[in-house]
Amino acid sequence: MIIARILGTVVATQKDERLKGKKLLIVRPINVDGTDTTGYVVAVDTVGAGFHERVLVVAGSSARLAQGMKDTPVDAAIVGVIDTVDVTQ
Amino acid sequence: MQLARVIGTVVATVKNDSLEGRKLLIIQSLNKNLDAQGKPMVAIDSVGAGVGELVFWCRGKEASFPFKREDTPTDCTIVGIVDSDKHVSRQ
Repeated sequence: MIIARILGTVVATQKDERLKGKKLLIVRPINVDGTDTTGYVVAVDTVGAGFHERVLVVAGSSARLAQGMKDTPVDAAIVGVIDTVDVTQ
Repeated sequence: MQLARVIGTVVATVKNDSLEGRKLLIIQSLNKNLDAQGKPMVAIDSVGAGVGELVFWCRGKEASFPFKREDTPTDCTIVGIVDSDKHVSRQ
C-alpha cells in the first residue's frame, strides 16, 4: 500500500454500472516524510476521505477486496485515513 | 517475496471495515546486500513484526492470503521475520 494525498475529485456520469454511487478522487503518492512525489492516481473512496487528507491507497486486484468493492472494475482504492506516520530509522 | 526492514508505523483510525484490527507498518525494501532499494511502503503485519526487524513480504493479491483472502484489501503484507541479519547468506 502507498501513502497518498487527496488532490481533487472526478465526476463521471457515464460509467460502468458497478461504479455507480462510488466516489472517485485524484490522489498523489507522497513520501513517508510527507513530501510530494510526481504523478497521480484516480482511486475509489471507501472510507469517506476529504480534500487534502493523507490516505492509504491499495493498488492492483487487491483493491477489489475492500468491503463494498466486490466485483467492481477498479485497481486503486482508498482504504484508510492516516492519523500519524512514525518513522524511526 | 522480498526482504525489507521495518522502519516505522502508521496509525489510521478511519479505515475500511475489512482492515479493522490490522497492524500497519512502514517497510523499506532491501537488496541482497541489505541496502535500501526503492521507496518505503505501507504493509499489513501477519506475523507480529516490530520496528527494526528484518522481514520478508509478499506483494500483489497473494498478500491477502494470510488473512481472510476474499475480504482483506492489501497488496503488501509482512509474511515472515528473518531470525537475524546474519541469517541472510549470499554468494
